Amino acid sequence: MLNAIWETEGLQTVGIVVLVFASIKLLHLLGLISFSEDSVEDELELSAVRHRPEGLEQLEAQTRFSRKELQILYRGFKNECPSGVVNEDTFKDIYAQFFPQGDASTYAHFLFNAFDTDHNGSVSFEDFVMGLSILLRGTVQEKLNWAFNLYDINKDGYITKEEMLDIMKAIYDMMGKCTYPVLKEETPRQHVEVFFQKMDKNKDGVVTIDEFIDCCQNDENIMRSMHLFENVL
Amino acid sequence: MATGVAAWLPFARAAAIGWMPVANCPMPIAPRDNSKKQDELIILNVSGRRFQTWRTTLDRYPDTLLGSSEKDFFYNEETKEYFFDRDPDAFRSILNFYRTGKLHYPRHECISAYDEELTFFGIIPEIIGDCCYEEYKDRKRENLERLQDDQEENMDLKMPNMNFRETMWRAFENPHTSTMALVFYYVTGFFIAVSVITNVVETVPCGATANQKDMPCGERYTVAFFCMDTACVMIFTVEYLLRLFAAPSRYRFMRSVMSIIDVVAILPYYIGLVMTNNEDVSGAFVTLRVFRVFRIFKFSRHSQGLRILGYTLKSCASELGFLLFSLTMAIIIFATVMFYAEKGSSSSKFTSIPASFWYTIVTMTTLGYGDMVPKTIAGKIFGSICSLSGVLVIALPVPVIVSNFSRIYHQNQRADKRRAQKKARLARIRIAKSGSANAFLQSKRNGLLNELLELTGTEEDEQKLTQKSISLLESQHHHLLHCLEKTTAHEFVDEQIYEQNCLETALQTYPSRSPSVSSHDSSTRTCCSRKRKRNVPLPNTSLPTTHSTHQGPLQELSAIHIQCGDPLSHTASRSNLNLKTDESSRINCKSGRITTAIISLPTPPALTPDGDGFHGPPQRRPPQPPSHPPPLSIQTTTSSAGANIVKVSAL
Repeated sequence: MLNAIWETEGLQTVGIVVLVFASIKLLHLLGLISFSEDSVEDELELSAVRHRPEGLEQLEAQTRFSRKELQILYRGFKNECPSGVVNEDTFKDIYAQFFPQGDASTYAHFLFNAFDTDHNGSVSFEDFVMGLSILLRGTVQEKLNWAFNLYDINKDGYITKEEMLDIMKAIYDMMGKCTYPVLKEETPRQHVEVFFQKMDKNKDGVVTIDEFIDCCQNDENIMRSMHLFENVL
Repeated sequence: MATGVAAWLPFARAAAIGWMPVANCPMPIAPRDNSKKQDELIILNVSGRRFQTWRTTLDRYPDTLLGSSEKDFFYNEETKEYFFDRDPDAFRSILNFYRTGKLHYPRHECISAYDEELTFFGIIPEIIGDCCYEEYKDRKRENLERLQDDQEENMDLKMPNMNFRETMWRAFENPHTSTMALVFYYVTGFFIAVSVITNVVETVPCGATANQKDMPCGERYTVAFFCMDTACVMIFTVEYLLRLFAAPSRYRFMRSVMSIIDVVAILPYYIGLVMTNNEDVSGAFVTLRVFRVFRIFKFSRHSQGLRILGYTLKSCASELGFLLFSLTMAIIIFATVMFYAEKGSSSSKFTSIPASFWYTIVTMTTLGYGDMVPKTIAGKIFGSICSLSGVLVIALPVPVIVSNFSRIYHQNQRADKRRAQKKARLARIRIAKSGSANAFLQSKRNGLLNELLELTGTEEDEQKLTQKSISLLESQHHHLLHCLEKTTAHEFVDEQIYEQNCLETALQTYPSRSPSVSSHDSSTRTCCSRKRKRNVPLPNTSLPTTHSTHQGPLQELSAIHIQCGDPLSHTASRSNLNLKTDESSRINCKSGRITTAIISLPTPPALTPDGDGFHGPPQRRPPQPPSHPPPLSIQTTTSSAGANIVKVSAL
C-alpha cells in the first residue's frame, strides 16, 4: 500500500515539475522572463549613428572660416570621431586628454551642452564649426554671449550663484589635487563671491546677460584675453 | 533609390522606350543633367599609396564618404588629389566594395581597426558579403566579450558618490568591494549549504524506535527541521527583498535567471505554510518540496565555475537539442523493433513499446543494467545494433559542446590574467600620464628661466637654454594649462612636492595668522625635515595673509607667495629671517642649485630692494640687506586679482 502511495506521489512530482518548467518556458517565450543576461549585447548591435556634414560651400558661407581651415578642422574632427558625431562620452575623453592631472569630465559636460546648440545629445561637425567660428572669429559681443551661454546651465537667461558654483567647481576639478597652493573646499565658493561682487550690479543675486556684457566690456583684462586665441588656426 | 544599382539606371531609362507606343498621355520632361563633367579619373592618395578610379565608380554609393561631397574636405588643391591619412591595406577592400559591390573582410585584419575604417568611410558593416559575414560576426562577438570584461573591471575602480542604494547593489554584485559585502556573501553561502544539507538529511532514516520501523529523520524531529527550514527561508527572503530594493532596474532584475531561482527556492515554503490546512492538497505539498533543491542553484552566484557551466550549456543549446532529438528518434525506432522482435518469446519483459524504451536507453548509453535482456535471436541482433549505434549518436554532438566550453573557459582564464596584469598596466599608464604633466612643469621652469635670462641679457646662457625647443603643439598645450592656472590662481605642482606639502600641513597645526613664533617652529621643523636640498622651505605665513591667497602653513616649491601688505609685515619677516640664520647649513645651498629666482613686486615700489631681504638667492634670506645686489632681482608686475603678491620662485 505504501508502494501505491509513493508511486502516486512520484507521478505527482513528475507532473508538477513538468508543469513548472512548461510555465517558465511559456513566460520566456512571452518575453516576460529573460534567460540571457547579455541581452544588452543585442542593444549594442544597433549600428552607430552616422552623420554627414553639409557641403564645404555651405559651411564656408555660414561660418567665418576659409575653405582650407574647414578642411583642416574636419580632418581632425573626423579622426577623433569617424562616425561624424561626437557623443558626450567621446567629448569627455578627448577633452580629458588635455588635462592629465585633473578631472575634466564635469567641465567637458558643460562645454558639450554649450556646443550642442540643438540639444540632441550629440555634437555634429556643423555644431562644432559654428561654435568655433564664434569663439575664434566672432566679435567680442558674440564671444561674451557664448561665455554667458556656457555659464547659464539651464539656459534661462540668468546666471545664479549655484550655476556659477557648479562651473567653478568644474574648473577647479580640472586642476586636480596636486596644486600649489593646496586647493581648499571653499576656494570655488570664494571665487564665485568675487565674481558676483564684480558682475552683479543691482545685487539681485543673479547675473543677466546685459550686466555680464557691460561688466566684461569695462574690464580691461577680460577684454584683452578675449583676443588671445584669435590666431589658433 | 537602391544603392549599387545606380550604374544600371541608364539601361532602365533606355528600356522605357518600350512604354512609349502604348502610352496615351504625353510623357513628362526628363531632368537635365547640368553638370558638364565628363567621367574623370579620381586619384585617392591613401598614406602615399595612390589608388585611381572613375568618379562614377565612387558615385555608386552616395551615402558613403567617397561617394558624397564629404570627400571634398580631403581634397588637396596643389596635387589635385584626395588625400586620406588612413591605412592603405584596409582601404583596398573598401575600394573593392565600390568596384564590385561586395564588401569583404580581410582575415588578417584586426576587427576593431577594420570597424574603424568602415565607420570612417561611412560604410555600414552589414553590407559585408555572405562569404565573410560569419567570420566578421564571430570576431566581433569575441571582441565585444573581451571589452565587456574590461568594462566591468573599470566599473569597479570608478567610485563616484553613490547613494545608499547604488552602494548596496554594488556590494551585492561584487562582494570583494567591502567587508560588509564579503560577510553577507559568506553568510548567505553558509545558509544555502545548511539548507541543502537539511533537505538531504531529512530523508535519511534515523534510528528505529520501538514502535515503528525506520522513519526518516524529517518525520522524527519535525520541529527541529521545521525551525531550520524557517530560518533559512527567512534569510533567503530578506536577501531577495534587499536585492530587489537595491537593483537599479527592478523590472530587469525580476526577469533575470537568478531572481527566478531565488523565488522558486523559497516559494514552496510559503505555499506549504498556506496549504497545511487543506488535507486534499497536502499530498501535492509534499512533492513541492522537491523544488527546495533549487536552492543549490543559488550557489551559482558564489561559484564562477557553475556560472561558466551554465553559460556553456546555454550557448550549446542547439547542439544539446540536436542530441536530444536524435536520441529520441533512435530510441523510438529501436524500441519498436525490439518490441516486435521479442513479442514472440514467452515471459518477455518487453510488454509494450514504452516498456522497451527503458531497455533502449540503457543499451544506447552503454549502461546495460541487465534487468531486461532480449531472448530471441532477432532481438539479440537488433540489441547489438542498438548498442553500437548508441555510441555513435552520443559521440556526435559532444565535441561541439566541448569546444564551446573550452572557448568560454579560456576566455575566463584570459579575463583573470588580464585582471592580474591590470595593476602593472595601470601603473605604467600613470607614469606616462605624469610624464606629460611633468613636461608641463619642466617647460614652466624652462620658460621662467628663459624670461629671466632674456631680461638679464646674458647671451650665452640664453643660447644654451633655448636649445631645447618645444614643438608648437606642446607649447600651445602648455599655454592652455597656463591659462587654467591663471584662471584659478593656483599652480600645478609635482606630486612629490604636493605630498610633502600635505605631510607638512598634517604636522603643523598652527593657524596661518600668527607670524613669528609659529613660523619659526614651522621653519625649523620643515627645514630639518627637508631632505632634498633643491627646494627651500621658506615660511611664507610669517606675514599676515589676506583672504584671497590660500596658504597652507608651509609651501615651498616652485613659488612662494608672500603677502606684503604693510610695513609691519616686513619687520615680522625680518625677525623670522633672523631666526633662520641659525641654520648655517642652509646657507650652503648656493645659488648653483637655484635655476630661477623671479621676484615680482607690485607696482607701488613700497618695498625697496634693500629694505628687506626678499631679494637675493632665496634660499638664504639674509637678515640684513644683502651686501651685493643679487643678479636676479627683477621687478615685474603680477596681475592676480588685485592682491599684492610677492612671488619668489626657487627651483
